[in-house]
Amino acid sequence: MTPLLKVQGIEKRYGARIGCRDVSFDLYPGEVMGIVGESGSGKSTLLNCLAGILTPDTGEVLFEMRDGAVKDTVTMSEPERRMLSRTDWAFVHQHARDGLRMNVSAGGNVGERLMAVGARHYGHIRDEAIDWLGRVEINESRVDDRPTAFSGGMQQRLQIARNLVTGPRLVFMDEPTGGLDVSVQARLLDLLRGLVREMGLSAIIVTHDLAVVRLLADRLMVMKDGHVVESGLTDQVLDDPQHAYTQLLVSSVLQV
Amino acid sequence: MIEISNLSKTFTLHNQGSVVIPVMQGAELSVARGQCVALTGASGAGKSTLMRMIYGNYLAASGHILVDGVDVTKAEPREILELRRHTLGYVSQFLRVVPRVPTLDVVAEPLLAVGVETEAARDRARDLLTRLRIPERLWSLSPTSFSGGEQQRVNIARGFAHDYPAMLLDEPTASLDAANRETVLSLIEEAKARGAAIVGIFHDEAARDRVCDREIDVSVYTPKAA
Repeated sequence: MTPLLKVQGIEKRYGARIGCRDVSFDLYPGEVMGIVGESGSGKSTLLNCLAGILTPDTGEVLFEMRDGAVKDTVTMSEPERRMLSRTDWAFVHQHARDGLRMNVSAGGNVGERLMAVGARHYGHIRDEAIDWLGRVEINESRVDDRPTAFSGGMQQRLQIARNLVTGPRLVFMDEPTGGLDVSVQARLLDLLRGLVREMGLSAIIVTHDLAVVRLLADRLMVMKDGHVVESGLTDQVLDDPQHAYTQLLVSSVLQV
Repeated sequence: MIEISNLSKTFTLHNQGSVVIPVMQGAELSVARGQCVALTGASGAGKSTLMRMIYGNYLAASGHILVDGVDVTKAEPREILELRRHTLGYVSQFLRVVPRVPTLDVVAEPLLAVGVETEAARDRARDLLTRLRIPERLWSLSPTSFSGGEQQRVNIARGFAHDYPAMLLDEPTASLDAANRETVLSLIEEAKARGAAIVGIFHDEAARDRVCDREIDVSVYTPKAA
């Protein structure tokens, strides 16, 4: 098996400050990797570099395309990268507003991504949109409502539907459950887990919530001050942390 | 099936004065197919630590752990996950599940993960839940709301759903009534009969004598305080 994503020596600086530095890893098809660390540790910078939102100063992000060719997404042309982010990639933002078009109906939000990859038949697009709303547990009767009329949890689920409708192979998630209350979080996690398994998705999830990574991620990377301080199997890193910072992180979680 | 050689483990507590605690040194263990080996020793001797190292949950400081030819101490995360999916089962003392998932699906999940058809997996799950006396009206509910004993039996059903060639059992009969204890012991005997290699921790001596072929006292591998 060859890796879906091969990341080598990623570094991003903001002037003299280090965003993230010397990050390398391989992600295989079907793998879910979590990235944890406190705010300012560089985890979101890294995610944005991987997803083509920021351009890293050095390093390669090699992605295996559907035809098996391996391309460096850092150096590929802008139209090519945009096509990738509409088809094989998906990005779930922490704030649903950043990933949705707030003045377009829920059905339109899902359908738009389909149209971007060439779907033209209105009936089919609408049916597909309704099907996806159902999968993320949004009632069909809400298909013509705008996301502004949705609760935070519903907006987040709509964002996920919009992202997954084109059958991406790699999903980037930035704090997908941040800002949601606990019961909504559990529902969203259950949903994400099911979708990841059914569709065989690979995913990279940035979060500061260790319970989220324990449930969703196969592997874990712990970041501090822009560096990866520890990585490995999720339950191993959480149950037998080796680095001082990870030990601090794990022991700081409040017990319910 | 399970081969352990010269295994040692230390814990370094960086945030508590960088104390280094050696907990195991030079551990050796070999379990063949169809064998059940009990780990014994006082509380704190390292029984669970050893079991967690075999499962890849704890990192070994040095030595080797071969499970069906895969060295767990060196394997990549995805290789360990693959091993856990197909080869190595683990029945822990506590059930850890996603909220909201019905009991029947919790038990069927390990089978779905190895590609068994949904209906066949559910049939097997129904069969196990019936044998472990979980009332049918509870199957569609999430086990998070069950009593401790019920959760443990769901955990056992889940652990025995797929026929793993190697299994780790952490106190599988603790806090079970006589009838359920009997069911669990026969599940272990059936697993042995089909050729599973089993490592178990049993505080229940009668159970240990009945299903285990050998006992390993892990306290002989506990480093003596200098």
